[in-house]
Amino acid sequence: MKRVTSTWLPGLLLISPSLIAVGIFVYGMIGWNIKVSLSNWHTVVEDNSYAGFGTYRDLMDDERFTAAWENLLTFTVVFIVGTMVMGLIMALLLEKGVRAEGFFRSVYLFPMAISFIASGIVWRWLMNPAPGERASGLNVLFSKVGLDSLQNPWWQDQKWGMAAMAMPAIWQMSGYVMALFLAGFRGIPDELREAARMDGATEGQIYRHVIFPQLRPVALSALIIVGHISLKVFDLIVAVAGQQIIADVPAVYMWQSVFEAQDYAKGAAIATCLLLFVAVLVVPYLVYTFRQEKR
Amino acid sequence: MSISRRGFLAASGLAVASWTLTACGDDNDDGGDSGGKTKLSVFSWWTGGGEEAGLKAMVADFEKKNAKIKFVNDAIAGGAGDKAKAVLASRLQAKQPPDTFQGHAGAELLDYVKAKQIEDITFLYEQEGWKEVFPETLLPLLTMDNKIYSVPVNIHRANVLWHNSQVLDEAGVSAPPKTLDEFLDALDKVKSKGKIGLSIGEEWTQQHLLETVLLGKLGADGYSALFKKGGDWGGSDVTAALEVWKELLGFTNSDAASLTWQDATKLLSDGQAGFNVMGDWADSYLSGDLKRKPETDYGWAAAPDTDGTYQFLSDSFTLPVGAKHRDAAIAWLKECGSKSGQDAFNPKKGSIPARNDADPALYGPYLKWALEEWKKDKIVGSLSHGAVASLAWTTEIGTALGLFLQSKNVGKFQDALGEAAEKHAV
Repeated sequence: MKRVTSTWLPGLLLISPSLIAVGIFVYGMIGWNIKVSLSNWHTVVEDNSYAGFGTYRDLMDDERFTAAWENLLTFTVVFIVGTMVMGLIMALLLEKGVRAEGFFRSVYLFPMAISFIASGIVWRWLMNPAPGERASGLNVLFSKVGLDSLQNPWWQDQKWGMAAMAMPAIWQMSGYVMALFLAGFRGIPDELREAARMDGATEGQIYRHVIFPQLRPVALSALIIVGHISLKVFDLIVAVAGQQIIADVPAVYMWQSVFEAQDYAKGAAIATCLLLFVAVLVVPYLVYTFRQEKR
Repeated sequence: MSISRRGFLAASGLAVASWTLTACGDDNDDGGDSGGKTKLSVFSWWTGGGEEAGLKAMVADFEKKNAKIKFVNDAIAGGAGDKAKAVLASRLQAKQPPDTFQGHAGAELLDYVKAKQIEDITFLYEQEGWKEVFPETLLPLLTMDNKIYSVPVNIHRANVLWHNSQVLDEAGVSAPPKTLDEFLDALDKVKSKGKIGLSIGEEWTQQHLLETVLLGKLGADGYSALFKKGGDWGGSDVTAALEVWKELLGFTNSDAASLTWQDATKLLSDGQAGFNVMGDWADSYLSGDLKRKPETDYGWAAAPDTDGTYQFLSDSFTLPVGAKHRDAAIAWLKECGSKSGQDAFNPKKGSIPARNDADPALYGPYLKWALEEWKKDKIVGSLSHGAVASLAWTTEIGTALGLFLQSKNVGKFQDALGEAAEKHAV
């Protein structure tokens, strides 16, 4: 009996501080947030009485809420496709053995070291839509090199503005995806390639049938990481566009609901919706990796 | 193993102990005094330009009168205070209020009153005789249920139409337009010269334009009635105002969303735009930061159709419930309402004192004009700057406006405004 205790007790003691902290500050807060979202707390005066799902129902009819999700969808699709493609291309180039690989690797990774707020402010200048002689940023660059037709209003375009908004994010995160892919490439033993070559596979076929299938777990991880960053996006949007409806996303709406409109239940409901969407993305991944590790 | 376990426990114990110690240290620091002086933490969003200079001047006057109090500046940057308000909200929720904080006078303070976060300070008004020196028409706008909760330090005017004199000359506009119809004509003339008619910035500046148009179309009484319970947002006069506002937006710059109010005012200063509707903080920006000459380079008038009405907003200070240094905070509030305090602050900030016994000699050309108008005009509150509607209501109007900019559907916008009023009017 005593021996049994001595095997699990030290382990439990060791992780208990973080277990308690995570229990309170993550799961406890999630629970509290859900409770607030189901309450009548719509003004600055705290009111924890139960209200049911009315706040959620109102959100479904809320034009701004729908528009914010549409914006986020555009942003997410462009951002994910952009970072994955750019990351893969850069990893491929490095993997093929360029000179000064270490240098390029660092250069591609550097943007990640900058916060979204800082890069957002710079991109706000770069994506300045001012017309004619007041133009600045990328639009000036385009007119200087004679590509005037490429000049556009960037994030202030009604339809595709959020696609432009994804550019800074792609610039910032594709280096990270590159690092993941590069690690994946390096993890594939050379014997496999050699064997394929012996069997007469062309270089293209090697990538298609040997390398890429092995990269699937890496690609999935990258997708999940980039995807959940995208769903939570807040700082970049606020730095580039401030809090304006034209570039509204759920996280910004949540912030305004809580801190400006003082509608705590609504803010909490938006937060819960965001959490659910992230969970839809992350939970299957966790299940998948759990099964893989068990095998 | 057992040693390392003990070591681990000791280490974690140490960490916890040191954390508690620092926490205690903070408490001592907060509650105590430094060098025999009481620390007074004053929360505001005055962190740059004339605002900061004004605050410093008032603080100097304050510390001269109150040698026992040390002023601690708890300011948080960000125009119109949106970031500061968020920080303040969380501090108040946590029952850790600053000793006194800045808030827009009027309806915006309602939330704090409802949450019982600020104290009634009517007694100060009686004690200091402020009811005699603040304009009679202002007091009702500060009063809620016969109680007053803040001391206005300054008065800004929202309904001001600025113009670039040279651009207007070139376009053949001899005088700033008096009515909205004249305004549209003038904008047309400026536009035909290849200039921007009306420069404008991000969403809130467009809301600012809207409130002056509403005031112009509905008149002072009609405008004020909109923000009372049962205000009629569905009427044809509101529709007309929204239509005119939409027409005005047609004369603005296409990159509005990426411009701050300063950027928009600078377009006027640089001769790119003929007109700009902005509060009178634009004056200190034009004459101070951009070094333009008032009355020669640029000029001003009441926004079209609003002459004789002063659409005011005011920065004021409050007395939070549970302020740690209540007496020092009261001393600060007295300073805020005093003649010397207001005359120290306002010339630098670029606003006029709320008191009507200010010394006009201290003020520049625009402010001299404003002082005169303040004494004779009818006073109404500004929407975008918290005087007539609660924060929640203003935010909802902002949302409706933002959605309108996407859809350009006036009918839908008006419906949304009506719904917001029904929900929030008190």
